[in-house]
Amino acid sequence: MISDITLGQFMPGKSFIHKLDPRMKIILMTAVIIFVFLVKNLPSLGAMAGFVALAMLLSRIPIRMYFKGLKAIWFLVFFTAALNVLYIKGEHVVFQYKMLTVYEEALWQSGFIAIRLVMIVIISSMLTYTTSPTDLTAAIERLLAPLKLIRVPVHELAMMMTIALRFIPTLLEETEKIMNAQKARGADLESGGVIKRAKALIPILIPLFISSFRRAFELATAMDCRCYTGGKGRTRLNVLKYRFRDFFAFLFIAGLCAGILYLNTLAPSLVR
Amino acid sequence: MEQAIIIGHSSPEVGAEVQISVQDVYFEYESMDETPPKEVLHGITLDIRRGEFVALLGHNGSGKSTIAKHMNAILLPSGGKVYVDGMDTTDEALLTDIRRTVGMVFQNPDNQLVATIVEEDVAFGPENLGVPSAEMRQLVDDALKAVGMYEYRRHAPHKLSGGQKQRVAIAGIIAMRPECIVFDEPTAMLDPRGRQEVMDAIDNLVNKLGITVVLITHYMDEAARADRVIIINDGKLLMEGRPKEVFSHIDMLREHHLDVPQATELAQYLRSQGYDIPDDVLTPEECARAILKAADRK
Repeated sequence: MISDITLGQFMPGKSFIHKLDPRMKIILMTAVIIFVFLVKNLPSLGAMAGFVALAMLLSRIPIRMYFKGLKAIWFLVFFTAALNVLYIKGEHVVFQYKMLTVYEEALWQSGFIAIRLVMIVIISSMLTYTTSPTDLTAAIERLLAPLKLIRVPVHELAMMMTIALRFIPTLLEETEKIMNAQKARGADLESGGVIKRAKALIPILIPLFISSFRRAFELATAMDCRCYTGGKGRTRLNVLKYRFRDFFAFLFIAGLCAGILYLNTLAPSLVR
Repeated sequence: MEQAIIIGHSSPEVGAEVQISVQDVYFEYESMDETPPKEVLHGITLDIRRGEFVALLGHNGSGKSTIAKHMNAILLPSGGKVYVDGMDTTDEALLTDIRRTVGMVFQNPDNQLVATIVEEDVAFGPENLGVPSAEMRQLVDDALKAVGMYEYRRHAPHKLSGGQKQRVAIAGIIAMRPECIVFDEPTAMLDPRGRQEVMDAIDNLVNKLGITVVLITHYMDEAARADRVIIINDGKLLMEGRPKEVFSHIDMLREHHLDVPQATELAQYLRSQGYDIPDDVLTPEECARAILKAADRK
């Protein structure tokens, strides 16, 4: 059934990384991703890879879940690496065949880029694996709060995100019902070319749209009844609070970043 | 104009303080095109008293939902007035006060739940009212316990059954500590089990929390539980009184395409067949007892 899909990719757990404040998690993951790009030589790459491996262990998410996340970008990693190997020019020729010349520098550089991409995907999937969509939305609302000063409707955006998350499963269920209803009346959704199949979707999309508007209208009335008047003066049931572990994680990542900058100076840079 | 029939006492607690007062209300829906606006309510007057359980009945299109939506200023009357605890619903400055006094639960539980976690949804109302976070936890927990959904507080709403979702929706209203809750056909989309769960939750509100309840329904068996039944027909008040009294007018209800509770119907049929059965039977239990008694006498 299509409604069986999990919301986002959150995997509930009680690990150190699960328990971190979602705001801190977003900030630290962003910092780490930036520093992944600053990694320039083998010692700093080693330090970063060591950190990523440690974080993967700490998150207690099965390793195969990370590989699942990587599957989607495998081709991209391979393709960029191959292109880099063929196009980057250097001084030390490793291999030559007719028009094809491969330089040592190109190998290093494409290797670095591939490893960086893999690390970025692992770190960002770690964020979504260990943080519930609700926490993520709340954290984004809090982190973006300063933007209210320049009139960005931060609360409204967060509310839209919450409602979207809430209604995705409901609408999926409804889509399935409509599809079955149309099939029961002889609609053919599975055969024919792209255009024919796209046309077959129209009798599914139209009822879905109409019912979504009806839902939106009813939801708005229900929200009115519950005294919703926008973000002003609202309080929250679950208040986000920084704890000792958040400061510990912050210091650790700060140390990691400083360490990478230092290690970068120790050996010659392998990427341009 | 046909006069509404008031049967017996209009309420068990005559003289109790009036909570919602609907005074000679007219309402018409504005039309999108050139056709004249459609008038749905033609001068309705009724009072809801504090602590009362009132059932509002009527067939489809009778205007019963429209009148309910007037009770917390979702709709405003085209003519006449509605007062909630003395507050005029057309006064926009009082809107929040009116809506925190009279809460509303709708037919489709899916379209009332806002958040992705049960307890966060229940907290939505209090959050809007600016209740301090420290007090919120207690409000939410109490509300969830009142409808028996406390164990599900960390669940996702879409994984719950219809009856459970509707109970969460009710908890979301209770958490705002309203004095009155209007239910607009809360069981229409539920299976029999969900219906039972929701009706039990409503009984609990009336009896344990002392909340005034207005229940709009077309299930006569649900209406039979109320203190008072009001029947709306074509935007006008048709009948009003205790359930026993109202449902004893079977012929008149039939004439207006309304049912009576099944137990009442059976009792009426047996009586017409010459059995000695009283005419104010409402519940299956009462009916069974009356039949046993009649059988004993034979």
